[in-house]
Amino acid sequence: MGRLTGRQKLGWAVIAVLVFVYALFPVLSIFMTSLKSTSDIRSGTFLPPKVSWENYQQILTAEGGARDLFLPALRNSIGISLIATAIAVVLATLAAYGIARLDFRGKKLILTTALGVSIFPVISIVTPLFNLWRNIGLYDTWPGLIIPYLSLTLPISIWTLAAFFRQIPWELEQAAQVDGATPWQAFRKAIVPLAAPGVFTTALIAFFIAWNDFVYGISLTSTSAARPVPAALAFFTGASYFELPVGAISAASIIVTIPVVVLVVLFQRQIVSGLTQGAVKG
Amino acid sequence: MTTSVTPPVAEERAAPGRARARRSDRARQEARLGWWLAGPAFVVMLAVTLYPILQAMYDSLFRYRLTAPEERQFIGLSNYGVVLVDPIFWRDLWVTVLITIITVVIELVLGFALAMVMHRAIRGLRGALRTAILVPYGIITVVSAFAWFYAFDITSGYVNHWFDWVPGISENLNWFASQGTSLFVIIASEVWKTTPFISLLLLAGLAQVPGDMEEAAKVDGATPWQVLWRVILPNMKAAIMVAVLFRALDAFRIFDNVFIMTNGANGTEVLSLLAYRTSIGRLEIGLGSAVSVLLFLCVILICFAAIKLFKVDLTSARGE
Repeated sequence: MGRLTGRQKLGWAVIAVLVFVYALFPVLSIFMTSLKSTSDIRSGTFLPPKVSWENYQQILTAEGGARDLFLPALRNSIGISLIATAIAVVLATLAAYGIARLDFRGKKLILTTALGVSIFPVISIVTPLFNLWRNIGLYDTWPGLIIPYLSLTLPISIWTLAAFFRQIPWELEQAAQVDGATPWQAFRKAIVPLAAPGVFTTALIAFFIAWNDFVYGISLTSTSAARPVPAALAFFTGASYFELPVGAISAASIIVTIPVVVLVVLFQRQIVSGLTQGAVKG
Repeated sequence: MTTSVTPPVAEERAAPGRARARRSDRARQEARLGWWLAGPAFVVMLAVTLYPILQAMYDSLFRYRLTAPEERQFIGLSNYGVVLVDPIFWRDLWVTVLITIITVVIELVLGFALAMVMHRAIRGLRGALRTAILVPYGIITVVSAFAWFYAFDITSGYVNHWFDWVPGISENLNWFASQGTSLFVIIASEVWKTTPFISLLLLAGLAQVPGDMEEAAKVDGATPWQVLWRVILPNMKAAIMVAVLFRALDAFRIFDNVFIMTNGANGTEVLSLLAYRTSIGRLEIGLGSAVSVLLFLCVILICFAAIKLFKVDLTSARGE
């Protein structure tokens, strides 16, 4: 590409600003709300009249009344999402390796099933689970959410990993063996380094999806024993029943958004390739 | 993509019979290993979806309230009769379809524009643009719903103050008091949150458009508009279809935004919310299951319609 003219530069600057405003404005908006003190919530301005950290104190510190609502939910969300992601990625790695590496009948069936599961309406699954979980004691427990979360994390993991693994030149393994490596060494030295980024990216995407769940969270939990953050936010009452919990919810929203933004900034390239390769042939 | 287990070509020529036997042995071994590897994932997927939907189908045939479990009674398809003559079901279906169509249309246009921007962006800018666009994708839907809700809300919002010069918007406009304005905000937040996904799919589609065709069209004097309609879009057909179908199925299941912003008030209830309210809110397991099954059937219907009408081959477009 040649040198840009001044007008082109200006054009790109305008476009970039528009895109940034579009993508980040709602985040900025809720961040500004989180900085408003209780008395300023009704100010009707975008910027807080004066910056106040009281909402963050409310949900994070011992004196804050909403800490017992937020911190257990944060712990539940992190734990449940991580476990559901780990299980899905392990199962999906095995499956995707088989699909990409071996020739067997039923590959297409497995991929089609994954596709079918990913378009399944969550609410159709939740009604019977709600009843069953209550009967067998999984209601309002971690496993009671981890199991249904697999319906969210597993299909996308299989698709994404199968797409990644198809691009691995498996001949490398044989080449390494020809050079005198044992099969296991060949696999570990030649294939694992190539596969690892795909597995990591898949885990990231699966984690985002589990982290985002709301329907299972509100339907299959009733207390802070297992209720994840999105569901807890919906049932937030704040420090006082007589105050709008707007500030506390905004502060909690910002706290759960920070890790997402950090991961997106660090791994933008991988996430984009993972999302698109799993979805459309790259 | 073929696998790289080398066929014993030389041996085959020398002793076809023995080689074939060995190859089928090998094939069987490979198939067994394949299923050992992929089986667990397959079984888990069936267990977490097929089983519940079968259970829902079964439950939908009963009069079954959790508050009165001893009155559980087989009533055949009566629940479906109740649901299908209820005006609320049809209103919710209509609202769901409306939201789906509007969001998909807006997202397609907006997503394509964003994809074009990312595709054409100068080197230094590309990464930053993609990162920004990925932020809404990663954000929890509930958080996005609250962000939009608080911005428009009459007590905590600033939108009314910013836009009070627009006819129809005044300081005391309550966006969540009527159907049209509520749906406007619900759709806006849905569009914001999910456009990144569609635009990344379209970006991948753009990458597949042969650059030389574009050049040739330009050399032949085609206007940018003609290049777009005659060269770029036709070559992206598969990506567009997949993006539309996936977003449509996703939008049809919309729940989080509506739950947070209106909880279905003022004619904004969607099908997922109706199913939730019936089974988990009112503990009418039988009736709620019937709604769940109908929602599931709608999703299947959309899928089949898309595959038949637009000839989308999902598996091929998804990389198989």
